[in-house]
Amino acid sequence: MGALLGNVLEHYVMLAGVLFTIGAVGFLVRRNVLVQLMSIELMLNAVNLAFVAYNRVHGDDMNGHMFVFFIIAVAAAEVAVGLAIVLSFYRLTGSVHSDDADALKG
Amino acid sequence: MIGAGNVLFVIAGILALAGALITVSSRNPIRGAMGLLATIFGIALLFLKLNAQFLAAIQVIVYAGAVVVLFVFVIMLLGPDALGEVGSFPKGKSKVSRGIGGGLLAILAGVALVLLAGRGGAHVRFGDVQPDHGSVEAVGGLLFSRGLVAFELATALLIVAVIGAIAVARGKQTKSHLTPAQRGDGEFFHGTVVARDDRGRPPSKGDG
Repeated sequence: MGALLGNVLEHYVMLAGVLFTIGAVGFLVRRNVLVQLMSIELMLNAVNLAFVAYNRVHGDDMNGHMFVFFIIAVAAAEVAVGLAIVLSFYRLTGSVHSDDADALKG
Repeated sequence: MIGAGNVLFVIAGILALAGALITVSSRNPIRGAMGLLATIFGIALLFLKLNAQFLAAIQVIVYAGAVVVLFVFVIMLLGPDALGEVGSFPKGKSKVSRGIGGGLLAILAGVALVLLAGRGGAHVRFGDVQPDHGSVEAVGGLLFSRGLVAFELATALLIVAVIGAIAVARGKQTKSHLTPAQRGDGEFFHGTVVARDDRGRPPSKGDG
């Protein structure tokens, strides 16, 4: 069992699953918008890990690597826009608390 | 027989998991950003273990070099207000519903992982790969052949995102129709202060 550690697909998929779950729970439970954005990054990283691990099984192509490249590009764009929205939100409400984003509540 | 590869997997996995737990559990967002950094480096090590050298480098450059730094900049710009959860009580049943949602998700994922771990049968072992698997040359060749259209679209996406981020974060520079209260106090953001000064009078509650 010890020699298999890190050499079979299941270990990486389980690690990715645990990381994704931590990110998802953090996104649901935390109310600080910054921490929620970081949790989204955790989930994206977990998905990237699963992509690369599955691609390692199919050693003759690298489409998984290409997907991860584009996911990283989209994640960078998402963080730039997301943090700009956080700044704008803070300027509007004076807090970074997601419960304060209730302007559409009526 | 435990080799160096096994040890690398364990260390990188523990680094990633510990960083993730710190990210979601720390009160101070700066500490959370450092946890995110640990997770990113752990996953970069795992990429190396999986023959993805190019992606490991990209992961460190883009995530550790750009994303985490951006987070830290914003946290420092907000100052003590970035803590966010001090003294503001959650409204209504928000706390309960969040707890239930998070708990249910954790239970679901835990059960799925236990079932996956306890599944019988052989493991999917990693086979041999091409010698250039995951190298910069190979991934670059793929990006500029099969992924060319998506690659160009990604550049357009990044340009649009950067311009959009500037437009959103800069705020209104001239004649704002918002009241000072809606614009915030402008303590940290001098763009709104300029908009106020354009009217040639100091900010007052009755403005607008």
